[in-house]
Amino acid sequence: MIRTIAKKEFRSLFAAPSTWWILAVMQFLFAWFYFGRMDDYLQVQAQLAQLDTSPGATISIAAPLCSVLALMLMILIPLFTMRLIAEERRNQTWVLLLTAPVSATQIVLGKFLGLLLLLIFIVAGCAAMLATLLLGTHADIGLMSANILGLLLLAASYAALGLYFSALNKQPIIAAISALGLSFGLWLLDLGASDNRSFLRAISPSAHFQNLNTGLVNSADLIYFVLIITTLLWLTIRHLNHERRQAS
Amino acid sequence: MTAPLTLSARNLTRRHDNRLVVDGISLELRRGEVLGLLGHNGAGKSTTLQMLTGALPPNSGEIEICDFDLMREPQHAKACIGFLPEHPPLYRDMRVDGFLRFAARLHLIPSAKIDDALAQAKQRCGLQDCGRKLIGSLSKGYQQRVGIAQAIIHNPAVVVLDEPTVGLDPAQIRDIRTLIRELGDCCSVILSTHLLNEVESLCDRVIILQKGRLIYSGSSAEMLANGNMEEAFLLITQNEAASR
Repeated sequence: MIRTIAKKEFRSLFAAPSTWWILAVMQFLFAWFYFGRMDDYLQVQAQLAQLDTSPGATISIAAPLCSVLALMLMILIPLFTMRLIAEERRNQTWVLLLTAPVSATQIVLGKFLGLLLLLIFIVAGCAAMLATLLLGTHADIGLMSANILGLLLLAASYAALGLYFSALNKQPIIAAISALGLSFGLWLLDLGASDNRSFLRAISPSAHFQNLNTGLVNSADLIYFVLIITTLLWLTIRHLNHERRQAS
Repeated sequence: MTAPLTLSARNLTRRHDNRLVVDGISLELRRGEVLGLLGHNGAGKSTTLQMLTGALPPNSGEIEICDFDLMREPQHAKACIGFLPEHPPLYRDMRVDGFLRFAARLHLIPSAKIDDALAQAKQRCGLQDCGRKLIGSLSKGYQQRVGIAQAIIHNPAVVVLDEPTVGLDPAQIRDIRTLIRELGDCCSVILSTHLLNEVESLCDRVIILQKGRLIYSGSSAEMLANGNMEEAFLLITQNEAASR
């Protein structure tokens, strides 16, 4: 059942022209940033080479690009998640799922996995672009993999967050703005935190992504991502169950 | 011998902003019965149907479908229902076949039987030539047919139709009525409608709602006994309004 819903969700995301347009614009911006970084790097490469521990192409080009992608995902994912539940409510198709013999858990996991599959495609597209670095230099595969892992986990957390707000709202736009507002706020917390160990930083997904961004695969960060994803999915399921059983 | 009960509801109540929309409605439905739900606009017909299908939780009351309690065993109970709401729940960007397959899977039809179920539902609703079309591009009447096909694809024991013939042309209305009569042979059907001749030609029993309360329940033959359906309906609703 989860697979049925995930497949349908993935297909209808791909059937929407807006998805293709978002993907195209994103690839374009990403490519632009890529060339920009590449250009900067080539200009200073000669000076960098004289240093004892000169930074390589991967850390100078790929890592910053991945943090740009992380920001883009933060802004984009609410646009996808608002469709998942809030728009179904507005279009009155939600009734189909409500009256079918499926549990809230199956609906939420199905929708989450369907979107995740699309996000994997997006990250894979950008990873493929970064892989072109391998054509010209010995790129640091470990650092790149850590970045890609981080992007996937970050995307999954934003998706879970967006899904929760989608479940809370009937208006897709409000769902999107709430999710965007909260993830933007969390990002600002990370930026504004005075020292690395502050509590505020610990709750921000982007702070945990930063470790992976520098190639540090830390079990604490992985646990954080798993926790935040499962908590948000659980809250979504709980909310839907409550809504189904209790007359307001 | 009486046919087995497929649906029974006791004392259903639903409030909306502290206003009683449905007030203590009880009803029963047996296999092979077609039940008509009548009432003025805002009488609580759609709300009642939504509660019977699990789309809306009641404030109080119990619903049993094929001996499964809708609150305690929702998965089993919902597998026995097909529902066409007032606004058919259609994904406009899907094709008819894709949508009906999705509906079939949601209603737990095993993969091996989906093709047969799809062909049968399309044949019953006259959708044979529309399989590849996008739902959003279909006319209102055809969308309504897809909505009905979605409700009957899993051969449910109880079919709930909220104003099934709204927006259809006369020929389509005739086809849908034939279909409802067919459905009435093998399962139970509840339909809400404003068209009294529809009730006359289709329903075995009639219940009338007014301001959320059940004010009449009887066979359609009884209602016809006093002359025509329209007069009987107006008489019942006006008497009730006058007595309160």
